[in-house]
Amino acid sequence: MTTETLIWLIPLPPILAFFLIVLFANRSKALSHTIAVGAAFLSWLGAMIVFVRAIGTPELGRTPFASFINWIPTADTWLKVGVQIDPLGAVVLFFVAWTVLMIFIYSVGYHNFGQPKGDHDIAGLPPHGASDEHGHHVPSVEPMYSRFFAFISLFAFGMFTLVVSDNLLTLFAGWEIMGLCSYLLIGFWYAKPSARDAAVKAFMTTRVGDVFMLLGIAFLYSATGSLSYRDIFQPQVLGALASVPTPIFGLSAAGLIGLLLFIGTIGKSAQFPLHVWLPDAMEGPTPVSAMIHAATMVSAGVYMVIRMFPLISLDPHTMTIIAFIGTFTAIFAATIAVAQNDIKKVLAYSTISQLGFMIAALGVGAYVAAAFHLVTHAFFKALLFLGSGSVIHGMEHGVLHTGNHEVDPQNMFNMGGLRKKMPITFWTFLIGGFALSGFPLLTAGFWSKDEIFTEAFGTGHWIVFITLAVAAFLTAFYTMRQITLTFLGEPRTKEAEHAHETKWTMTAPLVILASFAVCAGWVGIPQDFLGLHLNPTWFHEFVGSTLSVMPGAAPFSWIVLGTSLVVALGGLFVGWLVYRNVASVEQDKLQIPLLKNKYYFDEIYSAVFIKPATWFADAIVYQTMDKLLIDGVLHFFGKAAQAIGSVVRKYIDLLIINRTIGDGTARVTQWVGKNLRPIQSGRIQQYMLVSLIVLLAIAGLLYYLLAIV
Amino acid sequence: MTVLQIFFLIVALVILGSSLMVVTTRNLIHAALWLIVTLFGVAVLYAVLNAGFLAVVQVVVYIGAIAILFIFAVMLTRKELRDRGPQLNRGWWLNVIIALLTFGGLFWMLQSWNGFSKTAAAFPSSYDALGQLGNALISPNAFVLPFEVASVLLLAALVGAVYIAFNPPSGDSRK
Amino acid sequence: MIPLSWFLILSAALFSIGLFGVLSRKNAVAILLGIELMLNAVNINMVSFWRYGDVSQMAGQVFAIIVFAVAASEVAVGLALVISVYRRRNTVIAEELDLMKW
Repeated sequence: MTTETLIWLIPLPPILAFFLIVLFANRSKALSHTIAVGAAFLSWLGAMIVFVRAIGTPELGRTPFASFINWIPTADTWLKVGVQIDPLGAVVLFFVAWTVLMIFIYSVGYHNFGQPKGDHDIAGLPPHGASDEHGHHVPSVEPMYSRFFAFISLFAFGMFTLVVSDNLLTLFAGWEIMGLCSYLLIGFWYAKPSARDAAVKAFMTTRVGDVFMLLGIAFLYSATGSLSYRDIFQPQVLGALASVPTPIFGLSAAGLIGLLLFIGTIGKSAQFPLHVWLPDAMEGPTPVSAMIHAATMVSAGVYMVIRMFPLISLDPHTMTIIAFIGTFTAIFAATIAVAQNDIKKVLAYSTISQLGFMIAALGVGAYVAAAFHLVTHAFFKALLFLGSGSVIHGMEHGVLHTGNHEVDPQNMFNMGGLRKKMPITFWTFLIGGFALSGFPLLTAGFWSKDEIFTEAFGTGHWIVFITLAVAAFLTAFYTMRQITLTFLGEPRTKEAEHAHETKWTMTAPLVILASFAVCAGWVGIPQDFLGLHLNPTWFHEFVGSTLSVMPGAAPFSWIVLGTSLVVALGGLFVGWLVYRNVASVEQDKLQIPLLKNKYYFDEIYSAVFIKPATWFADAIVYQTMDKLLIDGVLHFFGKAAQAIGSVVRKYIDLLIINRTIGDGTARVTQWVGKNLRPIQSGRIQQYMLVSLIVLLAIAGLLYYLLAIV
Repeated sequence: MTVLQIFFLIVALVILGSSLMVVTTRNLIHAALWLIVTLFGVAVLYAVLNAGFLAVVQVVVYIGAIAILFIFAVMLTRKELRDRGPQLNRGWWLNVIIALLTFGGLFWMLQSWNGFSKTAAAFPSSYDALGQLGNALISPNAFVLPFEVASVLLLAALVGAVYIAFNPPSGDSRK
Repeated sequence: MIPLSWFLILSAALFSIGLFGVLSRKNAVAILLGIELMLNAVNINMVSFWRYGDVSQMAGQVFAIIVFAVAASEVAVGLALVISVYRRRNTVIAEELDLMKW
């Protein structure tokens, strides 16, 4: 089978799984997860084969695996859609396939497959526990098990479509499918009002971004007549786009398109100001948080910017905006994460912050660094989320054991000492946390973050460098805070005491992802690290060849390395130091209300956007336009018809037809009859008289007319 | 003016005068008697017209039966022997006009007929009018059928009159 | 000698007088008297036409005889009716016999 055919086939198993589960396998939990995991495995297999072939192909950047079909006839050309795997696509395909497969396997255990059905479980609410034969309370299986696997299969289809596509149209299609699945999966437990609201919030917020992205795509299409990468990235096309000015902000066409496309990323990757949906999205089950909101969907935003880098980088204004937003988001989210107490919320803000890192990297032109951080972040963030899910499961064991449902199993201040109870989860979480913080040499995060710092420093973007360094310090700080509160120390509650390790379907993916979190960084060791002359960086060479001109690597700098070590190790140490003796939330000095309430952005948006929109919808559109005008017109028609009808009734129907014609006929007939009746008097002599008169008259008439004798 | 004409005029006056009396006299018996006079006049007229048989039949049937029947009917249908009140209807002047119009109309129509004033042909002396009449009445080529139908009619009238005027002996008294 | 017109005028006059009697008399029997006069006028007409036309055509006389028979039967039935009505209604005045009205 040719590689191109294989690439076409990669998105196929998940969508087939979706339809099979929805149509046929809905009733059987075992069949549903078998189909789903099997589909994920097939896609993984295909992706691995493609990846291996890709890295074995020289000059993949110039001659990627590509195949297209003519799809829509447009005047004298065709709109082409197809697949393309160049080096960037290959590495993205790699991590997407791995994380998707790991998360699918994890979901089997997360949703308690094999456990009994819950006592009071209703579809639409999280499972609440069941009593087994001994009267113990054990976790119960998720009632909507099959639905979950159907949805994540659909999501996987969307992500694979986005990765393998060679044009913006199918990329956007995959983008939107993932948006839909995000909505469906955040609101998975639909009976919870908070979940419903979070789902709507996520969809609406990303929609705002998507509108601008669609404008960008439309502008691009109308300017170039094509949406395929190979057509857009022709030098003459790029040159033409860069030279055409637009009336907005003095940007060139390329810059405007780039900015519009980037706004889509702001929505999808939860950058400031459209970041508000991601923390609320933690309402969904943890595999959803891991897959959609850490590893794949939010990465899609960054991937799209990386993909469109040749276009976006043409305009310096757009690049500045991108760098600013990325940097600001990184520091902004990091400050909020410091004050969060929910284990998943910390990770959510951490995701926002790390995506900000990648965006900032792109803003300063660090193409390869951003891609590198994208890959490594996917692994360790997925690891961290799955680990947090494992922790929550363990805490729920404890809650079921003690029967005290007031205790929130997600609050870190109810945890503590879990390293003894859940060792595998602890060690893998530790590795992930260190990777996130950028622990030197051993973790992937170090290498990728270091490369971003190097690029920022090397290109002279001081503000970006310093701000990202502070953000990295905060990252290490809150990560260690999280690890300390959760795993170290002593259990703070009884529930934490009774937690125990989760089963292999959940811990095995953790281990695999942890190994990637360690090893994935080593492919990107810079060539002149520490002044040594190592082999050329495989990652840089490989991914860099995607661009028509190989981007140069910024030179190694001791300042950067030092900064990196200081912020990472320092942050970890300070975090451990501060929190190792904190026993309860009151002792946490960093519970600053401003940070805890996310700078009140939700409240601001509610007052500035939501309330006016709601008011507008109600007062203007509903009351005035709909009820007053449109209904007024319709009521007017009704009243006019009634008025005409009553006029017709009163003056024509009643007066003319009823009284004159109807009653009139009757009255005239009666009058005629009454007056004719006396003729029949019963007296024969009168009859004879009348008949004689008539006879004489007729005879006279006939005689006169005919002159008969 | 021949004798015959004068005779005719006298007879005509008698007829018309007595018929006027028939229709105007108050006493009904008088009216019946005046009718008899009229019928006599008509019989004489028949004789003048050489229809001797008809003259006799007129006297026998009309006067002898019908007029007598009238007298019987008058007597049977009166509460008292005298007739009181006017015997003519209220609008009798209109009836006069109608009668005059009728007469005028008939006269007018007859006048425009060119055979109006012809005179009688001489009666053939050896013409057996009676025998011819008898032959005509019973001859199948002539008028036997009307004759027989007329006799059936008389029978029907006889039965009908008896039935209508029948007074059952018991029960039904005068109402 | 006597023109036909004299007979015809006489018969017309007698007919008109009889018509007047039929229309004007109150008593039902008197009405029948008027009818008799009219029938006689008709008979005069018949016979004079017979005499003044072809004498060998007996239709005139035959018809006169038929009229006799009809008049007789009609008078018989009519008077029988008048008597029957008189028995029921105790009146022979034609104006009062107006049941068959509206």
